[in-house]
Amino acid sequence: MHSGAVFRPGFLLTTSDFTKKNDQDQAGGLTAVSKSFVELNNVRLRYSEGDDLALETTNMKIGKGEFIAVVGPSGCGKSSLLKLVSGLMPPSEGTVIVDNKEVAGPLKIVGMAFQNPTLLPWRTTLDNVLLPMEIVKPHRNRLRKNRAEYEERARKLLASVGLEGHEDKYPWELSGGMQQRASLCRSLIHEPDLLMLDEPFGALDAFTREELWDILQNLWMVRPFTVILVTHDLREAAYLADTIYVMSKRPGKILVERENPLPRPRDQEATFTQPFTDLVHELRSHIRDVRES
Amino acid sequence: MKKKPNLSKAAPWLSAIGLFVLWELIVRIFNIPPYVLPTPSESIIVGWQFHEAIWMHAVHTLYTTLAGFAIAVVFGVILGALVGSSRAIYDAANPLLVGFNSVPKVALVPVLVMWFGIGTVPAIITAFLISFFPIVVNVATGLATLEPELRDVLRSLGATRTDILVKVGFPRAMPYFFASLKVAITLAFVGSVISETVASNVGVGYLMLSASSKFNMPLVFAGLLVIAVMGIAMYEIFNVIERRSTKWANRGNQTT
Repeated sequence: MHSGAVFRPGFLLTTSDFTKKNDQDQAGGLTAVSKSFVELNNVRLRYSEGDDLALETTNMKIGKGEFIAVVGPSGCGKSSLLKLVSGLMPPSEGTVIVDNKEVAGPLKIVGMAFQNPTLLPWRTTLDNVLLPMEIVKPHRNRLRKNRAEYEERARKLLASVGLEGHEDKYPWELSGGMQQRASLCRSLIHEPDLLMLDEPFGALDAFTREELWDILQNLWMVRPFTVILVTHDLREAAYLADTIYVMSKRPGKILVERENPLPRPRDQEATFTQPFTDLVHELRSHIRDVRES
Repeated sequence: MKKKPNLSKAAPWLSAIGLFVLWELIVRIFNIPPYVLPTPSESIIVGWQFHEAIWMHAVHTLYTTLAGFAIAVVFGVILGALVGSSRAIYDAANPLLVGFNSVPKVALVPVLVMWFGIGTVPAIITAFLISFFPIVVNVATGLATLEPELRDVLRSLGATRTDILVKVGFPRAMPYFFASLKVAITLAFVGSVISETVASNVGVGYLMLSASSKFNMPLVFAGLLVIAVMGIAMYEIFNVIERRSTKWANRGNQTT
């Protein structure tokens, strides 16, 4: 009835603050005035002591407002990368730096969305979207008094992803695509500087998925936030990202860093052009090499 | 289309009446003597003759049951919350809980009588002891099966332990909790009646024991029926509360 297997060890870990800005690191950094917002320096990851490496020495620099995508075979540690950057998991070696501070605990400025929309079934769409406001400071102290203002903000955001008129519906009354839109709104309502997307469109049909690419691109172009998108859809990466990273199979390692030359805004027509196809083709061949190696 | 809801409403009554008719017929056809198995009609008639005494004893049984059940709810929720939110507490408490739950509670009644004397207190404690376990297990399960992605979403917003418990843990555990209440309330009746039967001078359990010592089997069965009716009534009350408060979890079988 109640086996240990259903338990999630580590559930409810306490959050801790960032460590203070480390001047030494700043001075020692090679690119002292770099525009990088997220930085991984020689990061390696083992899930537990003595385990094989899950992530091989990784270095990354992501600029503020940059949209990057990480592609690679399944089980290569893409999702771990997100957890490292958001501070949900500490690196075994190396440092993760976000906004000039070394990450030492869960960041509090991150929005997250997963393949599973994880909406709360007892809340309406509107209340689901407002959930971060009940947690993030300073909003949590202001929410009760300024409820109308926050609701207005959530309604606007919902309208911008095409969910107008569905605010008072419960998640089970929404289609999968609509739930995923609501989940996207929930991850953006508190205007995070950093958005983590872990195969957010993986469970959707092709048409809905492409519709959501446009929605995400629009949101991002209105207010550029830094995005790390993990996906195994190469077309998705080529459509959305500024920079695409290809990872090897486990232990994960970044093999290729590819700038995306396509101009923005990108639309569905662009996916049928030669540069787009070439890019996807090139990524595909990298992945093939990875899988065969 | 319109007849279906009526039929499903009538179904529990039809099945109860059917059972009584069958029981009545079997006793009459095989000519079973009333000191072995009385007919339901006889039990009801005798029950009515003794209705004042039965009422008094039933109210007392209901009181001890609800008192024990109330303690079980408070204790069960607290322990369940502790066990469900920490792996270490789970590991520490689980064998003890399982071991304790395996002990037949009837064996504890004499011990309780030694400590508290006969009557009300051991009945309340027995009702409590027998009914808290399902509440603990269900609350703990509801809390512990939180999706890891959702936990990550909340933690990356800076949520504290308490935030996660209040915003997600408890609401999510509600259907589990209410489901366990339905089980627990019927178990609580078992507990109080056992204790009354072993050591009390009041309550339906005592009434049945004294009736059987006088070979008044119809009255014993009247007592059994009264317990069953009280059990069904309490179960239904919690069923209604459950459906009202956790509509979102029962959306699959909405009738409207």
